[in-house]
Amino acid sequence: MIDTLLHMVLVLAMPPLILGVIGKTKAAFAGRVGAPFLQPYYDLSRLMRKGVVLSDTTTWIFRAGPVVTLAATLFAALLVPLGKHPAPISFEGDMILFAYLFALGRFFTTVAALDTGSAFEGMGAAREVTFSCLAEPTLFFALITLTRLSGTMSLTPMLQHVTLSVWVSAGAALLLMLAGLFVVLLAENCRIPFDDPNTHLELTMIHEVMVLDHSGPYFGCILYGAALKLYLLGALFLNIAIPFTGGNGYLDWGIFACSMLALAVAIGVVESVMARLRLIRVPQLLVAAMILTAFSLVLVVR
Amino acid sequence: MFTEMVRDPAVLVITATILAACSGVPGLFLRHGPLGQRLATAGALAASLLALPALVSMLASGARAGFVIDWNLPFGACEIALDPLSLFFLIPIFLVFPAGSLYACGYWPAASHRSSEPSVTFFYGLLCAAMALVVVARNGALFMIAWEIMALAGYFLLVTEHEEPEVRSAGTVYLIASHIGAASLLVLFSQLRLATGSFLFPGTGSLQLAAASASLIFIAAVVGFGSKAGIMPLHIWLPSAHANAPSHVSALLSGVMLKIGIYGILRVVSFFPGHPLWWGILLVLAGLISALMGICIASAQKDIKRLLAYSSIENLGIITAGIGMALVGQGTANPRLAYLGLAGALFHVLNHSLFKPLLFFAAGSVMHATGTRDMDRMGGLAARMPWSAALCLGGAVAICGLPPFNGFASEFLLYLGFFGEARAPEPYLALGAPVLALVGGVAVISFVKLFGITFLGAPRSPEAAKVHEAPAAMLLPMALLALLSLLGGLFPQLFLRLVHPVVSAVTPATLRYPGLPVRALWFASLGGCVLVLAAALFWYLRRRGSALPAGSGPTWGCGYLRPTARMQYTASSFGDMLGSLASPLIRARITVGGIAGVAPAAVRLSYIPEETILYRVIQPVFSVVGIGFAFIRRLQHGEVQIYILYIFATLFLLMFWVE
Repeated sequence: MIDTLLHMVLVLAMPPLILGVIGKTKAAFAGRVGAPFLQPYYDLSRLMRKGVVLSDTTTWIFRAGPVVTLAATLFAALLVPLGKHPAPISFEGDMILFAYLFALGRFFTTVAALDTGSAFEGMGAAREVTFSCLAEPTLFFALITLTRLSGTMSLTPMLQHVTLSVWVSAGAALLLMLAGLFVVLLAENCRIPFDDPNTHLELTMIHEVMVLDHSGPYFGCILYGAALKLYLLGALFLNIAIPFTGGNGYLDWGIFACSMLALAVAIGVVESVMARLRLIRVPQLLVAAMILTAFSLVLVVR
Repeated sequence: MFTEMVRDPAVLVITATILAACSGVPGLFLRHGPLGQRLATAGALAASLLALPALVSMLASGARAGFVIDWNLPFGACEIALDPLSLFFLIPIFLVFPAGSLYACGYWPAASHRSSEPSVTFFYGLLCAAMALVVVARNGALFMIAWEIMALAGYFLLVTEHEEPEVRSAGTVYLIASHIGAASLLVLFSQLRLATGSFLFPGTGSLQLAAASASLIFIAAVVGFGSKAGIMPLHIWLPSAHANAPSHVSALLSGVMLKIGIYGILRVVSFFPGHPLWWGILLVLAGLISALMGICIASAQKDIKRLLAYSSIENLGIITAGIGMALVGQGTANPRLAYLGLAGALFHVLNHSLFKPLLFFAAGSVMHATGTRDMDRMGGLAARMPWSAALCLGGAVAICGLPPFNGFASEFLLYLGFFGEARAPEPYLALGAPVLALVGGVAVISFVKLFGITFLGAPRSPEAAKVHEAPAAMLLPMALLALLSLLGGLFPQLFLRLVHPVVSAVTPATLRYPGLPVRALWFASLGGCVLVLAAALFWYLRRRGSALPAGSGPTWGCGYLRPTARMQYTASSFGDMLGSLASPLIRARITVGGIAGVAPAAVRLSYIPEETILYRVIQPVFSVVGIGFAFIRRLQHGEVQIYILYIFATLFLLMFWVE
C-alpha cells in the first residue's frame, strides 16, 4: 500500500524536476547559471493561472487533445515499475497497453494540431506520426527480447528479471537494446538530436510546433504530459540499465530517484554536445535503432 | 406446428434471409415515391431483428441445424446447415445490412435518385441474402451458385453510377478478378468432389488426403477466397471497387463481403484434421505483408474512400495472419497460440465489420455534404457537421487499434500470441509483433490524416465551407456502430462469447485452453479510467477556463499576416513524409503544365498517388494478356443464336467426356 502510494507520489510529482535538471545541465555546459531546478513547477503553476486564447478555427477537439493525451499518459504511469518496486497494475500483456496508450496520446495531440488549420502545425503533426511509427518497432523488439529473457509477458516481472547475473550472461544483447531504447527515449520525447524543445519557430520543429496555439491550463497539461512521458520511458530504460537492488525497500526508492536524476543529467549532456540532426537523417537513425534492438534479439535467441 | 417452427431459431434465420432477398422487390414495382425504399428498410430491420437474437442464442447454446432442399439437379443433396462457423459469419451480414439500408434512406433517397434507387435497393437485399446463402451452403454446387449471385449483385451495386467511365472500369476489373477467383474455386470444388465422391462438404476434420491433393485444395482456396478477401497481391480490384461504389454499398462490400473470403478459407481448413506447418506460415506471411503494404499505400492516398479501401486490405491481412497463427499453433500442438490466433482473427472480423462500415458511412456523409472524395478539397467540416465528426473520430480511433475501442482488444489477442512465441525454441513468429506495431503506427498516420484533414482546420474549398449535417437516418446507424465499437473495447468478453464456440469448433485443440489469458475486467477498468480521467480533466479545465480571462483570434501564423486556408497541410502533404520512405510501394505521379514566357499564364499541377505493383507489374502483364485475348474476342460477336450453339456444343462435348 505504501509502495503504491510512493509510486503515485513519485510519478505525479517528480517529472517536472527532470526537466529542471536537464535545463540546469545544459546551462552548466553553456557556462550560464541557468534557471532554478524547480523552474518547470513555477512554469506549470503560472500556466494554470493564465487565461486561454482559442483560435477561431478550432473545435472541441483542440481542447480535447491535451486532455486525452494527459489522461492516457497518467494511466500508463500505473503500468511501469519504478526501480525494484512492482507497478500498481500488472497483467499479462500490459506492455502492449503501455505502448498503445502513448499511441492514443499521439493520435489526439496530432489531431488537435490539425484542428488549428496552421501549415506549421500540420507539418509538425505529419513529422510526429511518421517518426513515432518508426520508433514503435524498436520498442517492440526490445519487449520481445525481454520476454524471451524473462519468460514473462508483463512489464513488472519482465523488467525485474534483469539482474546482475542476467547482465553477465546476456550483457551484449542488453547493451544493444539499451542503445536502441535510448534513441527511442530521445525521439519519443522530442529531445536533441531529433527535435529541440527550446525553439518554436524553426520549420524543422516537431513537437513544439504542434502545440503553438495551445495556451493557459491546456498548455500546462501538455507540458506536464510531456514531462511525464519522458519520466515513464526513462523509468523503463533505467529498469534495464540499473540491475542493482539495495536490499531494502526504501533504499530502492532512493536508488531509483537518484538514477532518474542521473539520466536527466545524461540527457542534458547529450543535448549539450550534439547538434540537431538534419530532418532526412532522423528516419535513418530510427531505423538504425530498430536494427540494433533486432540484433539484441538475435543475440538472445542464439 | 407453426408455433414450433417459429420458436426454432434456425427457421428464423432462414426466414430472415428470404426476407432480405425479397426486401427490395416491392420497390421494383412501386417506382414512384419513397414507399419502396421505406418498405425495403423496414424489411431489412425486421430481418435483422429476427436473425440476430436467433444467431446469438444458437451460438451461445451450441445449437446446430441442417436442412435439405429437395431438388432434382444432378449435384446431389442440396444441403444447408447452421454450425458455429456459419452462425458467426452471419452476424456481420445481419448487422451491416439493416444499418446500410437505413443509411441509404438519407444517403441515396428515392426522391433524388429516382432512376437508380429501386435497383440499388433490390440488389442490396439480394447481396445480403446471397452472402447468407454462401455461408450456410454445404454443397459445392449450391455454394458456387450463391457465390455467383453474390458477385453479380455486388457488380450491379458497384456500377450504380455507370455514366462515369471510372466506375465502369472499376466494375470491369472487379468482374474479371471475381471470376478469376471463381475459377480457382471451381478447381477447389472439383478436387473436393474427386476426393470425397460428392459435392457435399465433408464434415469438420473428416477429410484425410494425401499431402499433394490436400495442398492443391488449400492453394486453390487461398487463391479463390484470398482474392475475395483482398489479400495482396490478389487485391487489385478492391481499391477502385470500394472507392467507386455508393458509400452504403462500400460499407457492405468492405465490412461484410471481404469476410466471406475469410469464411471460405476457414471452412476449407476445417475439413482437414491436421495441417502441414507451411499452410500456417504462408497465411501469416501473406497476412502480415498485406497488412503492412496495404496500410503504407493507404497512408499516401488523398481519396477518402480509397484510403478506407486500402485500410481494409490491412485489416484483412491482420485477420489472415491470425488464422495463420492458429494453424501454426495447431500444427505445433500449441493450444495457446491456436486459441489466441483464431480468437483474435475472429474478434477482428467482428470489429472490422463495425468500424469499417462506420467510417464508410462517415465518408459518405462527407461526400454527401461536399460532393467530392478528394480530401485535399475538404477541411473544417467538424464545425458544421459535429455529430458526423464525433462518430468518425470514434471509428478512426477504433480502427487504429487504440484503447478503449474494440480494435485494441482484438489486436491485443494477436500481440499476446506473437509475444508468447518469443519463449519458443524457434521464436520466428515473435517477429510478427514489431510488424504489427509498425502497421499500427502507419494506421495512426492514415487515420489522423483522414479525420484531421477532412473534419478539422479551415475549409479548403468553397464547397467545404457550406456543408450541412447529415440527416438522422444517416447518423443513427453510425451512432449504433460507434456504440458497439466502444462496447467491444470495454467489454470484450461479450464479443468473445460469440467467438469461443467457433474457435473450439474449428480448432478442437483449443478445447483444453481456458480462454482469454487476461482478466476481461482490465479492459473495462482501463477504458473506464481513461475516459473518466479525460472527462474529469476536461470538466476541470472548462471550469478553470471560465474563471480566467479568455480570448479568441485567428490561428497564429508565426508572424505571417495573410495566411489562407490553402496554405494548410493537405492530405497529400501529410502522407508525403512516409510516402517518401515507402516509395517502392507507392509513387506520386505529378503532372505540371509548362511555364513559358515572361508573364506565364495559370498552370495546373496534379498529384495522383499510384500503386507501384499495380502500374509497374500487373498492368503491363495484363496488357500483354489482352493482346493474346484479342483473338479469342472474335468469338464474341453479339449474335445470340451462335452463343446458344456454343452452349449446346459444350454440353455435347462434356457428355462425351463424361461417358
